[in-house]
Amino acid sequence: MSITKAAPPGTDQRDTETPGTEAGAETKDGQQGWQFSSPLVLTMLLILVVTLQGPIRSAVSAPVMQSWMTVFVAVVVQALPFLVLGVLLSALLAVFVPPSFFARALPSRPALAVPVAGMAGAVLPGCECASVPVAGALVRRGVAPAAALAFLLSAPAINPIVLTATAIAFAGRPEMVVARFVASLLAACAMGWLWQRLGRADWLRPQSRPSDEGLGKGAAFWSSVRHDVMHAGGFLVVGAMAAATLKSVVPESWLSLAADNPVVSVLVLAVLAVLLSICSEADAFVAASLTQFSLTARLAFLVVGPMIDLKLFAMQTATFGRGFALRFAPATFVVAVTSAVLVGAVLL
Amino acid sequence: MNRQAQAVVLFLVGGAMVHAGTTDLYLRYVKAGLQPLVVGAGVVLIVAALATVWYERKRSSTGSDREVEEGHEDGHDRDGHGHVHREPRVSWLLVLPLLALILVAPPALGSYSALRTGTALQKPLAYAPLPSGDPVRLSLVDYAGRAAYDHGRSLGGRRIAITGFVALDSKGTPYLVRMALNCCAADAQPVKVGLTGKIPPVLQPDSWLELTGTYTAKRTKDPVNKGLIPFFDITEAKPVPTPRDPYDESWNN
Repeated sequence: MSITKAAPPGTDQRDTETPGTEAGAETKDGQQGWQFSSPLVLTMLLILVVTLQGPIRSAVSAPVMQSWMTVFVAVVVQALPFLVLGVLLSALLAVFVPPSFFARALPSRPALAVPVAGMAGAVLPGCECASVPVAGALVRRGVAPAAALAFLLSAPAINPIVLTATAIAFAGRPEMVVARFVASLLAACAMGWLWQRLGRADWLRPQSRPSDEGLGKGAAFWSSVRHDVMHAGGFLVVGAMAAATLKSVVPESWLSLAADNPVVSVLVLAVLAVLLSICSEADAFVAASLTQFSLTARLAFLVVGPMIDLKLFAMQTATFGRGFALRFAPATFVVAVTSAVLVGAVLL
Repeated sequence: MNRQAQAVVLFLVGGAMVHAGTTDLYLRYVKAGLQPLVVGAGVVLIVAALATVWYERKRSSTGSDREVEEGHEDGHDRDGHGHVHREPRVSWLLVLPLLALILVAPPALGSYSALRTGTALQKPLAYAPLPSGDPVRLSLVDYAGRAAYDHGRSLGGRRIAITGFVALDSKGTPYLVRMALNCCAADAQPVKVGLTGKIPPVLQPDSWLELTGTYTAKRTKDPVNKGLIPFFDITEAKPVPTPRDPYDESWNN
């Protein structure tokens, strides 16, 4: 995060490669004939931390630090398997599925491909961490970005696992499941069509990747896996830190103040969904416990969360570039809240 | 970070995941059902690390200079060679969860989180018949649901044993708490039971207790979210070790 911030404006098309300030120091070292390589830095870092483990442990023994670390580790441990699943799928798509397959599977008119891709999101069983790398691979395989984005937004919200969890959490209120499905699909398709009308190809800057040319299929597959895990994994850590800070530092009693006003409560829960970055398989249980809020506000929480949160924003930056994420995230937020309010007004 | 360093990080993160998944460590952070996924992801990361090393060796032995060059952090990517690629420095952050998991292994959420969050007790769908035994062993969440929403009718005046950890709020009011978890500790929420009767004289926050006692009609409201907190009338308290799975996962089934 600090690296992309440190990069001067105008270099964002290369922000995945722009070396930060440390790189300058390393280059200087290199010129002096002393190769300050990353394995060396890593080894020194690990040795240093292991030597200092006593002081480090006592430094983090305060309850607030303990709670922060537990939530931080929990978000990473919980999300990493789904990230790995998504990365494997994405590598399979990139290496073994020919681009012609998607040309045949999706309608050629993007306006039709958007809802088809949105519905196809129902078959990816997982949470939002898996859908980002898969959507990135779809774009690189030549799928219309509008369709790939509809898939990106709908997959984490409308797959059977998530809908089942919602049904369990809101037992006795099956309309909540229907409302979540409808509102999420509507928002995903709206974003796809919006991109088709207003989106510009140069906003979408998929990361530069190690070239696969001349590599065997196995080498290309594992190269893709390694690259995606390192890349999206780093950003996942950023999101986990933000979620842990919110969970362990901000008092929950602030929430009850907002619950009384219908407009404020929708906005507060939508913002909370962005900040909390909870896995879409679990967010229904959290929403169910926010009993002081209206059902529409809780629907907004369930629709916004899987589409845009801090963790997803960081991962979208990694996959599609910063210029894209900065425009896409606010638009998604507005569309998702609008869709939730409309569907909530009709169904709930 | 070059490819050798990436392979090391992947290997260590994968190893840490396998370690957490094959011991009970993972239960402090995620639900029990995620175990196969945690171990599987760890194995995939280890294989990816080994594959990286393997293809890197193969590449250097076939003498493809360009690709070997690519692995070095020598600043070449700044002079406009489009093909030279390096991972962003954000990858270094992956070292943080690794260190947190291996060196610190933070404990499951305890009284600090429990008191900051309102009780998450929900009305149970049905009240299963009580199991046999005296005292009847119930989960804390089960007892709280019966006591708060069924006025203890399904408890039938029997002696009950519940297990949880101690939390003391700012006024010193003691609660017995169990964190209920749906997916991972980020969504864990407390279910609180107030204590009355023979409360042990010394209560250490976060220590685990098995309490034996009976239902009482006394109840209160959680100051955080106005949720119902039922009470438990203690006749006997004994310290117990932290259970294997510190969270209540009954909502998952």
